[in-house]
Amino acid sequence: MRLLKNGEFFEDTWLTLDNEEAVPQGADILVSAERLQAEFGTLMLHNGRLGVVVANDRAVDDIADYLEVIDTVVLEFPSFTDGRAYSQARKLRGSLKFRGGLRATGNVLPDQLAFMRQCGFDTFEVNGRFGLDVWQRAVTAMTLTYQGGYVPDRGFAPADVWSARAGNADDTLRSDFEEIWTA
Amino acid sequence: MYRYDEFDHRFVRERVGQFRDQVERRLGGELSEAEFKPLRLMNGVYLQLHAYMLRVAIPYGTLSSAQMRRLAEIADTYDKGYAHFTTRQNVQYNWPKLKDMPDLLDDLADVEMHAIQTSGNCIRNVTTDQWAGVAADEVADPRPVCELLRQWSSLHPEFSFLPRKFKIAVTGAPRDRAAVAVHDIGLRMHVNADGARGWEVLAGGGQGRTPMIAITVREFLPEAELLGYLEAVMRVYNLHGRRDNKYKARIKILVHELGADAFRAQVEAEYAKLGSPTVDVEQRELERISAYFAPPVYDELDETCVPFELAKNENREFAWWVKSNVSAHKVSGYAIVNISLKPTGGIPGDATSQQMFVVADLAEQYSHAEIRVTHRQNLVLPDVRLSDLYTLWIELNSAELATANVGLIGDIVACPGLDYCALATARSIPIAQDVSERFEDLKRQHDIGSLTINISGCINACGHHHVGHIGILGLDKKGEEFYQITLGGSSDENASIGTILGPGFAGDQVADAIETIVETYLGLRADDEPFIETYRRVGAKPFKEALYETA
Ligand code: SF4
Repeated sequence: MRLLKNGEFFEDTWLTLDNEEAVPQGADILVSAERLQAEFGTLMLHNGRLGVVVANDRAVDDIADYLEVIDTVVLEFPSFTDGRAYSQARKLRGSLKFRGGLRATGNVLPDQLAFMRQCGFDTFEVNGRFGLDVWQRAVTAMTLTYQGGYVPDRGFAPADVWSARAGNADDTLRSDFEEIWTA
Repeated sequence: MYRYDEFDHRFVRERVGQFRDQVERRLGGELSEAEFKPLRLMNGVYLQLHAYMLRVAIPYGTLSSAQMRRLAEIADTYDKGYAHFTTRQNVQYNWPKLKDMPDLLDDLADVEMHAIQTSGNCIRNVTTDQWAGVAADEVADPRPVCELLRQWSSLHPEFSFLPRKFKIAVTGAPRDRAAVAVHDIGLRMHVNADGARGWEVLAGGGQGRTPMIAITVREFLPEAELLGYLEAVMRVYNLHGRRDNKYKARIKILVHELGADAFRAQVEAEYAKLGSPTVDVEQRELERISAYFAPPVYDELDETCVPFELAKNENREFAWWVKSNVSAHKVSGYAIVNISLKPTGGIPGDATSQQMFVVADLAEQYSHAEIRVTHRQNLVLPDVRLSDLYTLWIELNSAELATANVGLIGDIVACPGLDYCALATARSIPIAQDVSERFEDLKRQHDIGSLTINISGCINACGHHHVGHIGILGLDKKGEEFYQITLGGSSDENASIGTILGPGFAGDQVADAIETIVETYLGLRADDEPFIETYRRVGAKPFKEALYETA
């Protein structure tokens, strides 16, 4: 698996740990929400980056208290038709004000990429099946939205169409998106 | 009515382009059918028994003459010269080819139409009162809010992969012609003591195999809070709706399993956390949209029109048509004309391209070029002068569009059933044809009075049989079709689910059974008491006795 972020592929250097597995010094690690809750005292002292994987039948409010020290949250799409993680992402980015990395894993396909980004995901765990050109096309196919959405490092922007109508065309979600993706 | 601006145009065009790419990838084998399926569904393309079917959205049931003409042209170019109007105010084509779909969608985009989200587990086309904006009893026109919802729900990033499909219905009138209590979310407009507009929010209604009447989640929600509040309802559903069993995945099951109070509490808790950062934008947008729905300029006319009254006296058939098909308009001297798509022995909701062209022309000539589609599969010309009614009737008559049975026993709602639908367990169209032929006599229909029959070809209940005064459900028993009959359903402001009378009937016995029910009613009714009221007064017993003693 590799990661797609800001229009480029990266190798995934994060280690996903089982609940029993020893924590390797210095590594960037992903643990389950259960383990995070149970071992937070020691995990927060870990000297690599810390991330958490939240199953999609779990309330993201459960990890609210830990978000300040968490670098990355991973949300799961067991199948692309199971859309619970979209709402989890919106809650994380919205009421929980999480500004770290938000990764989508599982059945992540180009046709859902735009929705995921709009809900606040910025990193995508993908297999080698689709080339960068296909992912790029998925980002540019629709240049407008009727809903607001999350812009990395900035928070929520209002709906493109509605703000453009109000004369704030530069202030739209999509123009920020394009910048980030093509920078 | 609403007109697209450059942004709406661009949005729909880009969507067609995206779908064109997806179709090419599917035809080229790059996408599997499993991956393509949800994509095509979100663009209204179903795979049916014999062919692909395309369902086109008619937002809140309002069409212009130009749009109706384009729908007729599409029927000629891509289908077999007819189209089918559905119980959700949409239109379906049964025979277009997959490779032609992107071109067809481009043709629709020319006239500001699309097929976005007419299927799939997303927010479907929003429906409303077919008389919105003209009904005499209306609080206000609900369509600006419907259009706001159309835009807000279009490719909603969070709510495009819900546990199941999601239907929203809106009414601006106390008499509910939009069946809001049997939708996933229903919205009913109220004005509070200060004269401010707000919405009663209902949730958890539905039909299908477990019919349920919605609960009221909020009695009065200030209009400015509408989208935020809907977002909270949708989020609770998206996170907690069941995904383990597709028959238990609708919001009604969640509401039922949690209980009304717990569901309300979850929604309110979610809403409290939301904040409402975009409310100003929405209000500005709602005002912008509302301007498009400003009433047309009406002539100042008398309440009565002498030539019209004379024509009624002289022509019994015209008088019948006026009685059943013409409704009260809020402006004096005008009327609402309902066009029946239920000729005796016809297929409910079907129209030929020829008829569609005629309706488009007549709307232009007599009704401010506007047409409505009803959830009972009929059409409406909303703005007709009383003085034009007689000429209009003659013209409708020559296009076989003047059947005087709207709201009567011949005005049968039926889903496509086993003749087209891949999920069907029995045919529904031939049953509708049989019953309508049995009650062909218009005088008899008018004598029986207000009575709705709804037929579904399987428990998915697309023919809304649960809320028909008489409901007919087609089932399959060891390869034989049989039909279960329910009585007492209703989808209006006193919504109720029909009760099953007893064992089902073979297809060729259904018309007899309906006749027995009707005769029993006629024997029991007091004065001109409508069927549903007699039923509510006397209950199912006399009907059961009549049906099963003779059987
Ligand atoms: S009720 Fe059943 S048969 Fe009729 S259209 Fe719906 S799914 Fe098909």
